[in-house]
Amino acid sequence: MKTYTNPIYPYVRSRDQDGGPARHAVVVVGAGPIGLAVAIDLAQRGVPVVVLDEDETVSVGSRAICYAKRALEILDRLGVGQRVVDKGIGWNVGKVFFHDALAYRFDLLPETGHRRPAFVNLQQYWLEEYLVDRARELPAIDLRWKNRVEQVVPQGDHVELTVDTPEGPYTLWCDWLIVCDGARSPVRRMLGLEAEGQVFRDRFLIADILMKSDFPTERWFWFDPPFHPNQSVLLHRQADDVWRIDFQLGWDADPEEEKKPERILPRLRAMLGPDVRFEIEWASVYTFQCRRLPSFRHGRVVFAGDAAHVVSPFGARGANSGFQDTDNLAWKLELVLAGNAPERLLDTYDAERTVAADENIRNSTRATDFITPKSHVSRVFRDAVLALAREHPFARRLVNSGRLSVPAVLSGSPLNTPDADADFAPGPGAMIPGAPAADAPVTGPDGPWLLRYLESGFTLLAFGNALAPEAVEALAHAPIPCRVVQVGGGAVPGVTVIGDAEGLAARRYDARHGTVYLLRPDQHVAARWRVFDPARVRAAIARATCND
Amino acid sequence: MATLVTDPNLPDPDGFYERLIAMHEGLSDSESALVNAKLVLLLANHVGDPDVLVQAMAAARHGVAKPPQDGAPTSGGMQ
Repeated sequence: MKTYTNPIYPYVRSRDQDGGPARHAVVVVGAGPIGLAVAIDLAQRGVPVVVLDEDETVSVGSRAICYAKRALEILDRLGVGQRVVDKGIGWNVGKVFFHDALAYRFDLLPETGHRRPAFVNLQQYWLEEYLVDRARELPAIDLRWKNRVEQVVPQGDHVELTVDTPEGPYTLWCDWLIVCDGARSPVRRMLGLEAEGQVFRDRFLIADILMKSDFPTERWFWFDPPFHPNQSVLLHRQADDVWRIDFQLGWDADPEEEKKPERILPRLRAMLGPDVRFEIEWASVYTFQCRRLPSFRHGRVVFAGDAAHVVSPFGARGANSGFQDTDNLAWKLELVLAGNAPERLLDTYDAERTVAADENIRNSTRATDFITPKSHVSRVFRDAVLALAREHPFARRLVNSGRLSVPAVLSGSPLNTPDADADFAPGPGAMIPGAPAADAPVTGPDGPWLLRYLESGFTLLAFGNALAPEAVEALAHAPIPCRVVQVGGGAVPGVTVIGDAEGLAARRYDARHGTVYLLRPDQHVAARWRVFDPARVRAAIARATCND
Repeated sequence: MATLVTDPNLPDPDGFYERLIAMHEGLSDSESALVNAKLVLLLANHVGDPDVLVQAMAAARHGVAKPPQDGAPTSGGMQ
């Protein structure tokens, strides 16, 4: 590749390789984006983590390239969001073509007042490199390259691992094992666990090409274009003038043949025209599946990311949902390790994230069935939708080239305290219990975006002077402390006061003077009230941590 | 729950039927299939009510081969 050289992270012998098995609180298997994210999140919470990876570098090839707004917000909290946004290509607009004409366009982020765009495209290796850099800044992370897990034996109160290295194997014990070793998850297989779901009988060619082009920074999707008849094509811009082109090939395509430049080049020339100069950076042929483990927690072994669930790439719901896994898991594990919550809090990771995985699988499967119709009549309806979409707005809503990743609303979670006040406005985007916190422009000591103020631990977001100083003090010194961030109103000791710069915070949170929101450490709404009541807040924190 | 209207509701049944057939005049089978699919989609959007649409789908499928499995997608090409 011309635009990227994989860094080599040297194997370093660990003290654990001398003497008896060392015992660690948390071991993470896999230093991909999800493993690194959970390690950084835990380390930032003061939990020491050992990360084991069989390789000595980041992703080979661009692989996951679309990072959604919610993933960027999580990466902000992990300390790499700005690098990703600076290097990546932000985009909000998508266009769908049918045959040789535009069927419709969509704007994924039609409103302003959010720090992050709907999506940023960046090759996975850049993101991983930034995450490795961040992990190395954190002394609580012990990142071990060329450490391949060979055996996993769950014991009563710990998990025993056999780890192979260039200098031979050693044994490790951990209280908790977090498995982030990807879609083929060797650890999943070692434990005899099967992911259940569908394999799709289709093949796709990814070609990353280096090209100077004035194509706009948009997602372009073609159904049945003249340059690739009867199949679909997707074009995406990445960093460094690299463009991702995805060609649907059909099930009968020979994956080895299709990877050869002499097969790829004619496809690209047919698409781009004879005069466009480009070079192939990386190419791969893939099939995909939509399936998940029945349970993401198996005793002291917890699965996250592709190791737990895989989806088709249409919708960018793979890595993006993996970051939501780690966001959900890290604070819960911290509380359990500190003895501040019972182990069953980790069952709510399984409960919340399997629901989210099912939502992703459902969306991804529907998109796949639209893109690659599996029967004649399915193809007829697909083409009818695309034909109608040019003239009729209703049909545009039926066109499905991937329902792009949006964060899960954990509306059925047992950790939520249901609304007692009935006058919160309903509707899509409402900040109901379980919803992820909406961003808004604010003024205050930590910068101009609301989410920055909701980053650590439980937070009570109060609109106006809702709490007396004694109440603030009591929340701050509870066994599970809760900070208070106040929007507007006068200064209160121990409270961060921010200004609602454009009135958008109050609008997005449907807030009046005195409204309070209890936010979990992963920025999901746990409860909300029109009036602050200390007993209700205590009860809601207890409920959100399984201490009720 | 709204109920699918199956009692007579067309003011001019013979005129409607004539137009329905005339809509396909001069079309090949595959063109007709496309036009029918577009018609279904247009009418479905006009109806809107998901309860009514589900009842209409069940009534349309009734008596034609085996009913589809409950809730399962019927796509055939997957493992």
